[in-house]
Amino acid sequence: MTGKVTVTLKVNGRTFSADCEPRKTLADFLRQDLGFTGVHLGCEHGVCGACTISVDGSTARSCCMLAVQAEGTEVTTVEGLASDGNLHPLQEAFWKHHGLQCGFCTPGMLAAASELLEDNPDPTADEIREGISGNLCRCTGYQFIVDSVQDAAQHLRSTT
Amino acid sequence: MAMEFLRPATWDEALAAKAEHPGALPISGGTDVMVEINFDATRPEYLLDLTRIEELTDWSADGERLRIGAGVTYTSLIADLADRLPGLAMASRTVGSPQIRNRGTVAGNLGSASPAGDAHPPLLADDAVVEAHSARGVRHIPITEFYTGVKRNALEPDELIAAVLVPPADGPQQFAKIGTRNAMVISVTAFGLALHPSTGTVGAAFGSAAPTPRRATKAEQFLAAELTESGRWDSRAELDPAAVTRFGALVAEAATPIDDVRGTADYRTHALSVMARRTLVWAWTDYRRKRVRTCA
Amino acid sequence: MSTPTRTEQNLGADIAGGVGESPLRPDGTLKVTGEFAYSSDLWLTGMLWGATLRSPHPSARIRSIDITEAVRTDGVYAVLTHDDVPGDNLYGLEHADQPVLAGDVIRYQGEAVAIVAADHPETARRAVNKIVVDYEVHEPLTDPEQAVFDSTAPALHEGGNVLRHLPIRRGDPDATADVVVHGEYEVGMQDQAFLGPESGLAVPADDGGIDLYIATQWLHVDQKQLCRVLGMPANKVRLSLAGVGGAFGAREDLSMQAHACLLALQTGRPVKMMYSREESFFGHVHRHPAKMRYEHGATRDGKLVYVKAQIILDGGAYASSTPAVVANAATLGVGPYKVRNVSVDCYGVYTNNPPCGAMRGFGAVQAAFGYESQMDKLADALDMDPVEVRTRNALHEGATMPTGQVVDSAAPVEELLERVKAMPLPPEPNASDLDGYDLRLLPGGVSNTTHGEGVRRGVGYAIGIKNVCFSEGFDDYSTARVTLKVNGGDAVATVYTAAAEVGQGLVTVQQQIARTELGVEQVVIQPADTGVGSGGSTSASRQTYVTGGAVKAACEQVRARVLRQAAKHLDLPASQLRLHAGKIVSADEAVVAAVVDVLGGETITETVTWRHRPTHPLDENGQGNAHVQYAFAAHRAIVDVDVELGLVRVVQLDCAQDVGKAMNPDAVVGQIHGGSAQGLGLAVMEEIQVSGGMVRNPSFTDYLIPTILDMPPMQVDVLELADPNAPYGLRGVGEPPTISSTPAIVAAIRHATGADLTRVPVQPHHITGTP
Repeated sequence: MTGKVTVTLKVNGRTFSADCEPRKTLADFLRQDLGFTGVHLGCEHGVCGACTISVDGSTARSCCMLAVQAEGTEVTTVEGLASDGNLHPLQEAFWKHHGLQCGFCTPGMLAAASELLEDNPDPTADEIREGISGNLCRCTGYQFIVDSVQDAAQHLRSTT
Repeated sequence: MAMEFLRPATWDEALAAKAEHPGALPISGGTDVMVEINFDATRPEYLLDLTRIEELTDWSADGERLRIGAGVTYTSLIADLADRLPGLAMASRTVGSPQIRNRGTVAGNLGSASPAGDAHPPLLADDAVVEAHSARGVRHIPITEFYTGVKRNALEPDELIAAVLVPPADGPQQFAKIGTRNAMVISVTAFGLALHPSTGTVGAAFGSAAPTPRRATKAEQFLAAELTESGRWDSRAELDPAAVTRFGALVAEAATPIDDVRGTADYRTHALSVMARRTLVWAWTDYRRKRVRTCA
Repeated sequence: MSTPTRTEQNLGADIAGGVGESPLRPDGTLKVTGEFAYSSDLWLTGMLWGATLRSPHPSARIRSIDITEAVRTDGVYAVLTHDDVPGDNLYGLEHADQPVLAGDVIRYQGEAVAIVAADHPETARRAVNKIVVDYEVHEPLTDPEQAVFDSTAPALHEGGNVLRHLPIRRGDPDATADVVVHGEYEVGMQDQAFLGPESGLAVPADDGGIDLYIATQWLHVDQKQLCRVLGMPANKVRLSLAGVGGAFGAREDLSMQAHACLLALQTGRPVKMMYSREESFFGHVHRHPAKMRYEHGATRDGKLVYVKAQIILDGGAYASSTPAVVANAATLGVGPYKVRNVSVDCYGVYTNNPPCGAMRGFGAVQAAFGYESQMDKLADALDMDPVEVRTRNALHEGATMPTGQVVDSAAPVEELLERVKAMPLPPEPNASDLDGYDLRLLPGGVSNTTHGEGVRRGVGYAIGIKNVCFSEGFDDYSTARVTLKVNGGDAVATVYTAAAEVGQGLVTVQQQIARTELGVEQVVIQPADTGVGSGGSTSASRQTYVTGGAVKAACEQVRARVLRQAAKHLDLPASQLRLHAGKIVSADEAVVAAVVDVLGGETITETVTWRHRPTHPLDENGQGNAHVQYAFAAHRAIVDVDVELGLVRVVQLDCAQDVGKAMNPDAVVGQIHGGSAQGLGLAVMEEIQVSGGMVRNPSFTDYLIPTILDMPPMQVDVLELADPNAPYGLRGVGEPPTISSTPAIVAAIRHATGADLTRVPVQPHHITGTP
């Protein structure tokens, strides 16, 4: 295998196929080649969490994965969170509870929170903090993010 | 120079690829390797992706030891093996973030052989063995012989880590790590302790306080002798405070740390002695409180 | 328009989402769906990627630059050095002293030397590595004290190494006191660490000019500097605000703006530049490190008699906003206290360290660590409660600052302290019985370093003071254009300013003001660009005050025109009409017309340039009415410290702040949370470590900012004591919480440990006493 490699994967339910260099990160591939710019790059070394997405059902740092490693996977980015034009309850809650300011960390926060709520639909504040401890936010001081996740959890419990 | 990406579907293919391209850099979770690549700190000609090889993600009982496949993530290790490998599970919980634990592996820690890798102290304390494979065959490398220098290990260029073999805990285990924040932090220094009542021995090891992860051999021997000679393995009597202090001092003595951005040498030495004392007291309290399994 | 008829009807509720409410932010949907276009997301077909070669040395002379190999690289379109800068090769906010591309002198590690445009980011980076620079490496000047006092030190700029010395002299310089405490304090170099690294897209235009899409804090000051560098008039250099991933001061100076424009103009192609996190650490200014010496004299009953201080701020290689930082540290150097006799000398100096400039609370943050540490020391010396010693000296409305300026609006120093003190305390872990206590809540957390051993609790207090808006006679203004017209049967207001939304919620506040002033529900906020007059900087806690003031003023003019028009049609005096919820209401509270009917097909537009009341320069003794407004916040920190290992957990951080008027209460609390978190970072973890002029930790692996497990829950108490001089009575909100958070946390650690902590960030070895 030399030069470019074809990568085929499912993003937010749609299948995409594109050629890319083997050293391209999944984050760059999603952003540059497929146009999913909601995947944010804050550090490119796996710390800030802004590039967090879901790969085959569990969260991953897309800056620490190669695009070629995502071959055949199912990826969900922030763009896939809303359905039928309706915001996901987490998205609603982050907006309503000021869980964001500049918003750069938000897509990663939503991915981490979404995984947390799937595993634990009724988390305590401490469990929420544990669950999103891999995502940095520089604007909010985090309290309104905790409030947002709690509110979304309650909403999700009441509707399912 | 372009980088080529090798993606073997089977373990045999992987070994063949590694034999053909000994410079190939194995990658699984990518949590270490990708940072190096993104920083342009490494430009390997070949990347050898092991994520398609499903058997690597399995763990099993292998005789007297647990065999942890090279692809087993920290997340699954915590979920599946916390009761049998409490020290390693405690260390795994302190690795990076949930996303890093979802993808990072113990074998990755071994491959990088960073002195700061969180898994090293418990592996050393628990007499782990690295199972290295190559097209030439299988080699078992005792963990104490595995770390050969800063970010260097005993693997031959054509070898890949297939698994880590770790005896299940036969006594209490502890792990403690100093970080200057409460999540996502690389250790300033870390300490792992395993008491082995079945053999009357002690495992004590640290990270980030020497060029390689290291066992505190004198401290281990001192404590083992102290427990044996005083009959405490059987009596489970309270520890002699002087012995606890001595154990901490011997652990600190084994360290040869440096000053760096994460901490000073003196602080690391001091912290090791404190962690050694505290973890010993916790482990012994555990041992006194409950019947810990005394055989594997 | 049909003839309006007088109809008796219920006036109805006010328009929802006005001033004082917390409506949803207009950019919220885009931000939660990932569609919001940050500067790093911009894309144009055929665009090139820029990359920068930076000096590896903090001090050097460039003998030669050889770009031959870089130019030859396939895919490379341009390689530029200082020779290629068409205009002035210098930029800077107040002093243009920084080369766009280094000529012959290198003054800091990371200084830009050459730039490359290529068809792929990787190609651009590789070409950068092929540029050969021959450096004559010099010994860097890295000690700021040496820069001030050692006349034999090499001068890094014409005029020497002292960029600004500001003395403040008030009262008797020889005053003596019964109780005297001395202290020397240091503040490390903090980074703003916004999450979205520097990026932007420069697009060459058909008219020979350039369009730059950029994440910045102040479009017009960027434009002014770019015009000078590019040698172009302002109408050829057009800037539009792209999505900003946080700012906190780091985007007040130019980073890649000039570089991208130069490359785009050279190649005739759009050029995108996007820093990595590592480059970001070299690409923007940081918070000034400070060395401070304080002497406080007081009576036995705790009244301050005098304060003497020397504050040295390391500005690094270039001026940036150092003069303003010096002014803040000097004029606010004794804190929110009444002191008759004051002698402060504050220096801002050049060194070969990384350039320092704006970061949230600048100048005030550094000084607060000094004066609040001193107040605690004084309390100790007097055996007095630390809150008591503060309230005995508390500044209040009508009191005089060390500059001679009389505080002419609310200064509730005592009340803020008493409010944080009265807040409920969290439960304390019982060290002898931790069964059932979540060990992860102890210092060290999940790292399992203590099960209660060595853990002591401490409580600390601090209060800070900050000037709001630009000071010292600066012509500080903002421009707003407000349009009102009927669209789809409804009256719609449009607000157009060049003020930068950086996350704080300025767009929401602008909408709220327009709703309140015009009584219309629908308010569109136009994207910010240089097509309208300057909005001034998004800094100094000033945007809601100044751009808010401009929007309010423009709305008032629009409203007056609507009312005049209505008056004409209704044949009533305009002075007897008012606007309410889309209706024209007469003096006797009757609805006499609908705004939509008054407007008909007409569009009413008003543009207003609005200034706050003037400020004045300081004289040779640092005397003068230099500031527009003062703002105050107080913190109480509760910490658990593992005294044997030196690990800290901030258990709770409480804040009381006077905001004059909470324009958007939720956004206000969000500012307090976020600002407090940055203060926490400075207290216990954040520092760019510089050794010999070299940055040792330019990554998020080793430059640590607080995670959610480090930032505790907060109790926040917001006071609204109106400032009669400010629009709506508001007081700037953004910076005060960053100022008092740091000293409160350090005070709490001292309380828990007894350690004499004189430097932030506090490191574990400072607490354990190991070297």
